[in-house]
Amino acid sequence: MAETISFTLNGAPVKVTTDGQRPLLWVLRTDFNLTGTKFGCGQAQCGACTVLVDNKAVRSCVYPVRNAGGREVRTIEGLSKNGELHPLQKAFIAHDGLQCGFCTPGMILTAYSLLQQNPQPTREEIIEGMDRNLCRCGAHTRIIDAIQAAATAMKGGTSK
Amino acid sequence: MSQNLQNEIDFHDILTDPNLSRRDFLKTLGGGIIILFWVGDASILEAQRGRGYPEDFNAYLRVGPDGRVTCFTGKIEQGQGAITSLPQMLADEMDISPDVVDMVMGDTSQCPWDMGTFGSMTIRFFGPPLRAAGAEARKVLIELAAEQLQVPQERLAVENGVVFDKQNKDKKVTYADLAKGKTIARRAKEKPPVKDPSAFQVMNKPFLRRDSREKVTGAAQYAGDIRLPDMLYARLLRPPAHGAKLKQADTAAAEKIEGVTVVREGDLIAVLHKNPDQAGEALSRINSEFDVPAAQVDDETIFEHLLANAGQERVVAEGGQLEAGEKQSEIVVEQTYLDGYKAHAAIETHTALAQVEGDKATVWISTQTPFPTRDQIARALGFTPENVRVITPFVGGGFGGKSPGQQAIEAARLAKATGKPVQVCWTREEEFFFDSFRPAAVVKIKSGITKDGKATLWDYKVYYAGDRGAAQFYDIPNHRTASTGSSFSGGPPHLFATGAWRAPANNTNTFARESQIDIMASQAKMDPVEFRLKNLKDERAIRVLKAAAERFNWKPAPAPSSRGLGVAMGIDSDTFVAEIAEVEVDRRTGRVRVKRVSCAQDMGLAINPQGATIQMEGCITMGLGYTLTEDVHFRGGMILDRNFDTYELPRFSTLPKIETYILDLKDEPAHGGGEPAIIAVGAVVANAIHDATGARLLRLPMTPDRVRKAIAATA
Repeated sequence: MAETISFTLNGAPVKVTTDGQRPLLWVLRTDFNLTGTKFGCGQAQCGACTVLVDNKAVRSCVYPVRNAGGREVRTIEGLSKNGELHPLQKAFIAHDGLQCGFCTPGMILTAYSLLQQNPQPTREEIIEGMDRNLCRCGAHTRIIDAIQAAATAMKGGTSK
Repeated sequence: MSQNLQNEIDFHDILTDPNLSRRDFLKTLGGGIIILFWVGDASILEAQRGRGYPEDFNAYLRVGPDGRVTCFTGKIEQGQGAITSLPQMLADEMDISPDVVDMVMGDTSQCPWDMGTFGSMTIRFFGPPLRAAGAEARKVLIELAAEQLQVPQERLAVENGVVFDKQNKDKKVTYADLAKGKTIARRAKEKPPVKDPSAFQVMNKPFLRRDSREKVTGAAQYAGDIRLPDMLYARLLRPPAHGAKLKQADTAAAEKIEGVTVVREGDLIAVLHKNPDQAGEALSRINSEFDVPAAQVDDETIFEHLLANAGQERVVAEGGQLEAGEKQSEIVVEQTYLDGYKAHAAIETHTALAQVEGDKATVWISTQTPFPTRDQIARALGFTPENVRVITPFVGGGFGGKSPGQQAIEAARLAKATGKPVQVCWTREEEFFFDSFRPAAVVKIKSGITKDGKATLWDYKVYYAGDRGAAQFYDIPNHRTASTGSSFSGGPPHLFATGAWRAPANNTNTFARESQIDIMASQAKMDPVEFRLKNLKDERAIRVLKAAAERFNWKPAPAPSSRGLGVAMGIDSDTFVAEIAEVEVDRRTGRVRVKRVSCAQDMGLAINPQGATIQMEGCITMGLGYTLTEDVHFRGGMILDRNFDTYELPRFSTLPKIETYILDLKDEPAHGGGEPAIIAVGAVVANAIHDATGARLLRLPMTPDRVRKAIAATA
């Protein structure tokens, strides 16, 4: 049944009237036309659909939009500020931490969430924190390098 | 190009296509190869004959009034990095910065015809005509500048798109002012030569990806990201198994959902909605019944099934006499190698958005083959190919799986039926179901050596993997290689589609050959690197193997040495690779941890060494999947793997330390780079497992269960 759900999306207050059971992924991609969040598997197996809800990584393909009510949702489109890329974004560019780029938004936001919880992770902690995100092109080593570089650039903080 | 022996080996499968003569093949090789292995339709194949890359350089580039240069190519960007390496080639030939080159890729109404992006062919076959176009454009622009500046051509030079008088640098004119954004009618009287490698400014220099910024901000558009007014998202009714026949389908409950459109058109039953998830909900309300044929074959019995149904074999290579070889052999080794089906499993599923207006269609597709897919869509709609435009946004991984364009035909048919733009984006389940898997295959080898380790006999039969990489390259006087079935054909005896999977056939063939070579080395009690060097004559093969051994700091020892080190090598797309791996095997669980993979690669000229390195890393990482975990499970026509919970891709925690080394060979032609390094991963790990444990794994993937059993069998 349709209901009105209010939340913050990339810093701006939004409202959507829809079936609250719908996955956040499709509401973002269709109702809000934010297509940076990708569909990969539909069962929270690959991580391509990862977004931040209250700064924590969630798999939007299995996350009912109703649960976002009153929370802060951030997608890859909302990570840079005033055109200035986030250190993670810069590091992914500098390390060629991507190939086809389809898993990249999910990788970056999962890494963001990881660095929120552990600002100076070891290589092993990065591997553990990223292990549920799939990349088929094999950019893994460069993604790890990028996350380490971003953590250093952020000097243990969580923003730039 | 036609003199290139390795090309013939690479494309042996294609040459054996009954619709395509060898002469046709070679004739068109320089202009893009004609091949439509997933269509199997002679009339389409016929239509492609004689097509090639255009002579007119304007087809490849346009100098804009702002000085930016647009490069047009039928190739697509699926992560492999052509979006970076092609501008490097054009920029260097034109003496411009690659930063001013804009790429238009895979748009059939703007780009020169191309067969598709596969076979590690972009740099090898599209590169030369692109470079030639750039060189001719530069020459013509200098001629125009000479007239405008009243300075002899010999006195002119170009830097960053500015033509100037070497004696008076103030006398200058830009490409932009010369071309003014128009097609340049003038042709060079003689085709100028392309740049000598000693003059390279941009080629053979490492460049970061050009598409990263879009990809890290979410701005990069893939086929599923295109939005049109009033577009609908479609979900289609699918059978539960290949070979199943629809008995009945009741769509009444689905139609009750507000905003749902139902299309029934022959075999096509679809529900459409302005929200994709609600189309999915509608699909779940269709009440359908299928007749499913009883399962006769599964992923364990498939190998007997393939052998029992093996058709006519063809000889890929032969020399000497097998009987004589057997007599000379003091040790004879006979083995059978097995490889199961593999999925492409790109993270982006097959997606298309189609818009039909009158007798014209525009289709945005995640495809590796814009032009052949355009022709397929035209046939499906009854349109002329000229009235169908395919646009290829970024492709979210292909690996050979995005050559078939079924989803695009579905979208186009539904767009025609509804009169609205329609997106078809396959679910992960559909992706696994309709994937053109790398075929399951069997390889039987009988080989022989003398006691001092000289190879004397090689009798090789490959069933259903395909020919690429089948022919051995060692110095074996008596040898024969025969192949049955193809990578590309699909159809019986397979129960579902099969097709090209990154370095088609070569992964299976290299796994079998290099495992067998290792067994021979071990039987001769020789170090596996030394054994190979003793039996190699090919200079490129010797060079790349020595390079790999040197880089790894290889210390000779016969296997099993309990060190867990393995070596394997191969040839793909004219490129030679040699890999050395170190593994750790948990003898109790059978779990294999690949700790280090070192790869040396002779790829001739590397246009972008950075991109080539990343392709090698990607190949090694992806290769660990087919080596250790990936195997499509099925029962009859029912695909049991439907998502990543059971079909296990390599993960961060799978990663070994990867070391890559590209031999510096910039004076040689550029060979393929997207696939070669994946071919040796299966064998290098199998050989390292043997070195660690004495157990020989003969089947891919080498799961913990199989490793444990192989170890038990050795004890």
